[in-house]
Amino acid sequence: MRLLDEQAIEDIAVGAAVLGTGGGGDPYVGKLMALQALKNNGPIKMITLDELDDDAFVVPTAMMGAPTVLVEKVPSGKEIFNSVHNLEDYMGKKIDVTMPIEAGGVNSMIPLAVAASLGIPMIDADGMGRAFPELQMVTFHLFGVSACPMLVSDEKGNSIVFKTVCNQWTERIARAACSEMGGSVMDAIYPMSGAEVKKASIPGIVTLTEEIGKGIREAKEKGKSPIDVVLEITGGFEIFKGKVVDIVRKTQGGFVRGESHFSGIDEYKGSSLELNFQNENLVAIVDGKVACSTPDLIAVLDAETGHPITTEGLRYGARGVIIAMPCHEHWRTEIGIETAGPRYFGYDFDYTPVEELVAKNKAGE
Amino acid sequence: MAYRLGIDVGGTNTDAVVLNDELEVIASTKSATTEDVMSGIENAMKAVLEQIGDERARIGYAMLGTTQATNAIVERKHLNKVGIIRIGLPATEAIEPMCGWSEDLKAAIGGQSYLVHGGHEFDGREISKLDEDEIRTALSKMKGQVSTVAIISVFSPVNDSHELRAQELVKEVLGEEVPVSLSSEIGSIGLIERENSTILNAALYDVAKKTVLGFKEALNHQNISAKIYLGQNDGTLMNADYAVKYPVLTIACGPTNSIRGAAYLAGFEDALVVDVGGTTTDVGVLQRGFPRQSSLAVEIGGVRTNFRMPDLISLGLGGGTIVRGVDNAGEISVGPDSVGYKLTQEARIFGGNTLTTSDVVVALGHADLGDASYLKDLESSKLEEVYQKMIEMTEDVIDRMKTSAQPVPVILVGGGSLLLPQTLTGASEVAKPEHFEVANAIGSAIAQVSGEIEKLYSLEDMSRAEAVEDAKALAISDAIEAGAEPDSIEIVDIEDVPLAYLPGNVTRVHVKAAGNLRM
Repeated sequence: MRLLDEQAIEDIAVGAAVLGTGGGGDPYVGKLMALQALKNNGPIKMITLDELDDDAFVVPTAMMGAPTVLVEKVPSGKEIFNSVHNLEDYMGKKIDVTMPIEAGGVNSMIPLAVAASLGIPMIDADGMGRAFPELQMVTFHLFGVSACPMLVSDEKGNSIVFKTVCNQWTERIARAACSEMGGSVMDAIYPMSGAEVKKASIPGIVTLTEEIGKGIREAKEKGKSPIDVVLEITGGFEIFKGKVVDIVRKTQGGFVRGESHFSGIDEYKGSSLELNFQNENLVAIVDGKVACSTPDLIAVLDAETGHPITTEGLRYGARGVIIAMPCHEHWRTEIGIETAGPRYFGYDFDYTPVEELVAKNKAGE
Repeated sequence: MAYRLGIDVGGTNTDAVVLNDELEVIASTKSATTEDVMSGIENAMKAVLEQIGDERARIGYAMLGTTQATNAIVERKHLNKVGIIRIGLPATEAIEPMCGWSEDLKAAIGGQSYLVHGGHEFDGREISKLDEDEIRTALSKMKGQVSTVAIISVFSPVNDSHELRAQELVKEVLGEEVPVSLSSEIGSIGLIERENSTILNAALYDVAKKTVLGFKEALNHQNISAKIYLGQNDGTLMNADYAVKYPVLTIACGPTNSIRGAAYLAGFEDALVVDVGGTTTDVGVLQRGFPRQSSLAVEIGGVRTNFRMPDLISLGLGGGTIVRGVDNAGEISVGPDSVGYKLTQEARIFGGNTLTTSDVVVALGHADLGDASYLKDLESSKLEEVYQKMIEMTEDVIDRMKTSAQPVPVILVGGGSLLLPQTLTGASEVAKPEHFEVANAIGSAIAQVSGEIEKLYSLEDMSRAEAVEDAKALAISDAIEAGAEPDSIEIVDIEDVPLAYLPGNVTRVHVKAAGNLRM
């Protein structure tokens, strides 16, 4: 077990936005909530999977809805505890540990606030190793864990228990409820035993995000390139450097789909990159060839500061380095690719791991 | 038509210009910025008016871009005590007002804050009914302890009715004379940042009043009776009454004024502005007459706000940049360090011992400055190499800032602009306009007035095009209200970003319209 302080929260917020692959929203409001909870309750306890009791009752906590709503209609702060406590009542047992379901934006921060406020530990693991747009897109789902019973609460005091036939149905109904409840709700979701978490989660992800954030921060002080630091920590690849010359966005069934076009600068001069996103970055195509695709991670980092740029924050003329990082092996299974591979999102090609694409594209040069 | 007096207060210099009715520069001056700011403004005003003699009577408009509001916040001086009412319960309790502010700034503002029931959802429904009794109670507790009030309601950019009602209650309980800042008038979606800006605005009320009064008096001393306007951070103007109500908008208008002034002098609407100083070169983008804005949130005195600054890249290349490897051993390098303001002592052409970029262009015969005879010993092939490197550095930044492959016009301004040639790769033409040294004051004098709107639209009941049209109409009527000549109004910025992770096709539309000052 170790303790997370204020600096750790700041670093995790930045690192999670890198693994958030353009999605997950601005972590600012979540970060202020986590910092407030830390100030009131002292440092946050974080345990590794090894330290987790097999019988522990684990409840991941998260926000669902539009980050744009969250930054305007700031939570009351009670929503997430209503969800947790109502789930405890429903299941007849007390929460022992919480954890994040994804590494990205707001949802990297909510479990920190919960852990601090309830005085329980948080696990150094998550269910994505990145950010994804739908609630069944978690490694827990790949291992047959149900999102239900799931509790959703708004700031007005409404709470809903979901008991559905499958995780896809939970996604559909919960998202509609979320909209009706005002566009931003807090979830207690995928209740699990410690043993299930050990099998079905991605270990060490909080520490990894903290290292990324710290790396970017310290790169400036040490005069190193923050981009190189991120690549070193994540085992990722720089696939492009360019500036945004065009962005197209459209809404489809509650998700913002779109593409941004980058024109190359420096050693990429003359090349172009097309980045397809659905809230998160999904497919990167360099000069007509796929350079990386979901479930592998694609992040756009500010060319100067190394800070991640979200798909909502992308603007004409923004200068970015596009990096690709291999996803966790849980995603590289048949069900993993079926759940979050390119075909699920409507792209007509098969998934190839990013390291193979990089090797192939290099050989082709 | 009348003449215009434009004044821009910078960190080092206060610049002043007079433009005639053809908007031509007929007088200009630079004088030192003073600690109290106002005496520097008076000095610049006096100096520039002396140049035009009797023609001063023709001045009908006086525009001021100033740093008084910024200074007051940074120095925590002369700030009003602010009562804060946030309307949004049961939401928003998780983050208190002024969370993350430094204690001394909080203390300077007093910061009595109250959260009350009310506010709206993203789709315009009420979160809860506005609780007027809670507001009345909060206001009576504030009585005698605050001099201004800031009102912030959740989703007020979508529906401002709760803020307007709360404003009426302030008048009723605290009296008509207490100034009120409404968040819907100040910022866009993003409660904490908009709230911060609104609180700062309320805290600046006295400073703004003093600034406007001081400017009026200074003009009176010079026997000028002109309509007064203040520059805003987006490069447009507001009249004196508006400036007193929204002083926070005057913050950080300098860089914008400089880009717009350069553009005006060169006669371009779309161009890159390359401002070469002593230490750095700042490159900004002019789009439809306005600077392209950065997507980063701007902090003022350590407080995160929702204002945006022009998107600039700063390059370590200026007139005083140190050059190595020509007159000494080692590899050839340019900067990034500079002799800065000591150029006239340390550069070789002025008898010093440091080789700078200015020396290089003089040695090559591209500029006439100082004494070239000090440079006779230098190897011309090495000098040429340095010169090419300087050009490449600039061309590289130009290329980074461009958004299309087509060459764009480049405007060169700043004292160091003699470093660069008349042709640059990526530039369709390179303009070096006259009077570039007072571009900020000119930018202030020629500024337009604008209207801006940000709203969420549900695309269930209307098409995206209809939503954008509606927002455009609102922005235009805003601009007319702010004093724009209706026929001259153009839409200068449209942004349309759908809300992620939410069904119902809701989109956030931001439109800005700007037009010429109605004379």
